Amino acid sequence: MSTFLGMPTAPRGIGHLRGDEPFPVAARRALADSQLRRNLSKATTTIRAKRARVVAELPDWEELREAGRAIKAKTLAGLDGYLEQLEREVSARGGTVHWARDAIEANQIVTELVRSTGATEVVKVKSIATDEMGLNDALAEAGIQAVETDLAELIVQLGHDRPSHILVPAIHRNRAEIRDIFLREMGDVDPALTDVPAALAEAARLHLRRKFLSAKVGISGVNFAVAETGTLCVVESEGNGRMCLTLPNTLISVMGIEKVIPTWADLGVFLQLLPRSSTGERMNPYTSMWTGVTPGDGPQQVHLVLLDNGRTAALADSVGRPALSCIRCSACLNVCPVYERVGGHAYGSIYPGPIGAILSPMLTGVEDNASLPYASSLCGACYDVCPVKIDIPSILVHMRARHVEAGRAESGVPGGPRAPRASKARRELRVQWAPGVEWVPRMPRVPKMPSPEAVTMAAASWVMSSPGRFAAAQRAGQLGRLLGRRGVIGRLPPPLSGWTRARDAPVPPRETFRQWWRRERGPGSVSESGSAAGPGRTFEPESGGSDDGA
Amino acid sequence: MRIALFVTCLADTLYPQAGKATVRLLERLGHEVVFPAAQTCCGQMHVNTGYQRNALPLIRHYVETFSGFEAIVVPSGSCTASIRHQHAMVARRLGDDRLAERADEVAARTFELSQLLVDVLGVTDVGAYFPHRVVYHPTCHSLRLLRVGDRPLMLLRDVAGIDLVPLPDAEACCGFGGTFAVKNADVSTAVLADKMRNVLATGAEVCTAGDSSCLMHIGGGLSRLKAGTRTLHLAEILAATRDDQ
Repeated sequence: MSTFLGMPTAPRGIGHLRGDEPFPVAARRALADSQLRRNLSKATTTIRAKRARVVAELPDWEELREAGRAIKAKTLAGLDGYLEQLEREVSARGGTVHWARDAIEANQIVTELVRSTGATEVVKVKSIATDEMGLNDALAEAGIQAVETDLAELIVQLGHDRPSHILVPAIHRNRAEIRDIFLREMGDVDPALTDVPAALAEAARLHLRRKFLSAKVGISGVNFAVAETGTLCVVESEGNGRMCLTLPNTLISVMGIEKVIPTWADLGVFLQLLPRSSTGERMNPYTSMWTGVTPGDGPQQVHLVLLDNGRTAALADSVGRPALSCIRCSACLNVCPVYERVGGHAYGSIYPGPIGAILSPMLTGVEDNASLPYASSLCGACYDVCPVKIDIPSILVHMRARHVEAGRAESGVPGGPRAPRASKARRELRVQWAPGVEWVPRMPRVPKMPSPEAVTMAAASWVMSSPGRFAAAQRAGQLGRLLGRRGVIGRLPPPLSGWTRARDAPVPPRETFRQWWRRERGPGSVSESGSAAGPGRTFEPESGGSDDGA
Repeated sequence: MRIALFVTCLADTLYPQAGKATVRLLERLGHEVVFPAAQTCCGQMHVNTGYQRNALPLIRHYVETFSGFEAIVVPSGSCTASIRHQHAMVARRLGDDRLAERADEVAARTFELSQLLVDVLGVTDVGAYFPHRVVYHPTCHSLRLLRVGDRPLMLLRDVAGIDLVPLPDAEACCGFGGTFAVKNADVSTAVLADKMRNVLATGAEVCTAGDSSCLMHIGGGLSRLKAGTRTLHLAEILAATRDDQ
């Protein structure tokens, strides 16, 4: 009776996995911000060089990468078993494990846990998973204030802003901007604050210290969870995390289900890969690990929330699955020519850059982040630096195919994705069904016409699968010579106008290569064939194709 | 050696000089070049834009056209990379395992020009003469998919008269990316701006590469700026001799 529609993806209307506008539109605005361009270029260039230097020190870097890849692949292949093992071990040591199918459930679980302590303020160590699910908004709806204690996250929070980088969430801000934010938002800050980094850090430290000492509840993410012992691990570089993890009586940690690793030995591999890839450091400054509850020492209430939110759907995609191996080092962002120019906000999702361009549409379903797989020149720099060898360019290409094939299924016509759907109409139909949670209805599915691009691609395939049609098309294309001025074409009609806005296009030559070959070498050599044994494939122009145009 | 030329649809249609130079160069080195006229396109544009089903006939066509040849040369790193890394993958994904096997076989005999010269024909000094200041842009797919490494530079260093200068931040993408250049024209242009700045900083007369597509991008930008630096395919420099001067 029922049809299997695939694993559920991350629900709409909650959290930060979707942008409000397509990538090219958001990117155009970012590109015009010269301050942002400068901040990004400076920061990514610096981190890139640092990473390259420390990676080059290790003679076995490639072996480490391969080990990282293999561990993650093995884990994903047996994810259900490792998660149940993790749950058993955490529970046996006094922790409580909660399973959340999506952001809505996870927010409810965390909110209830905080409520039960009576706390109205929680301290947080940087956690992308909680950003993904929009936890701070959900807590605020329940009258609970979440204080971000990572310096960069604090800057973002005080600036009423959004993170723009996985590792360096305030990478889009410079020192002067940060000083202005502190002076405006911190309240208790010295009005003579300068933009010297040490002074900014000290201001944040004084501000945060009071929060740490009074907090009853800490909320963290998880970098790695060791299944064999139930040990959770957080990797950070400021020490704020250790404060959050040790001072409050209640500690709630939220982790995507893909963060589990089988053994302690596996952890050793990642603790070598992660710091060199992310901050360009040989060793991570603050690596905190805790196993359940230790009576009389540290948090006495320890909770672990396991978040799915589309991860099982990603796992079900055998080509895209390695995206779940990501250890959030952000090396791919720092080397990406696209990220370097536009920054993280243009991607809309909390996961920006090359990894975000595959992970976000995998979590939400490709129809909701349809422009992201195309936000790449496929240069491959991301794959080269990935510490767990995620072949991001190939997965980008795969996601593009998924997008096209989804549109094809919907339009019912051989071809590609439907024309852009009525997102404005959808927005107008939003329903608020719980505080902070909106439900956006799916538009009724009606057969759509294939997009102009799909028609073009189908036509190009038809033309290019026949040499006769191809040669005829070339001859038609030579009419483009009429558009030329002094050897170039300065203006082409849409969709190629995007090209000629900033670049000249070549004027088609008087003679194509194949015309030249035929003129020079004669028709006899045109039908050259390689199959010595098989029948010679002599090219016969198809009907309507006339001759080869000598 | 008898070498089949897959000239690529782009060079065939818009940059025939790259194909002619490849023929001239290989024949000068004493090899026989054949041009199977049935050839069309490798299908990379379709694959990279998401239209794998539309790419499949093109992949099959490439495999059928070139299956009988011992060595196939392509004056493009990007098209060679597509043949080597995508043809079998797409065939497999769409359930045609037989085609995937044949595609793998043909791909193993398909070489980018600098790979063919250095690895198969074992030559770096091709007897070229080119008395100009040149920068070489290593295109992303030749560099990171095909791993041609410094083979093109080895060939260029052995060109007589050349003033080969290093390109700052050479391994950075030029921003082309196929349909990316149109779908994300603004970002593509922003990436190109930095590439052009680096090219122009060298004072080179010529920017060369092993891909007509990236050169179309860089050259289109330089031409719009009237920058006075032109683009030439690697094959054109390697084919040049004293007689051309």
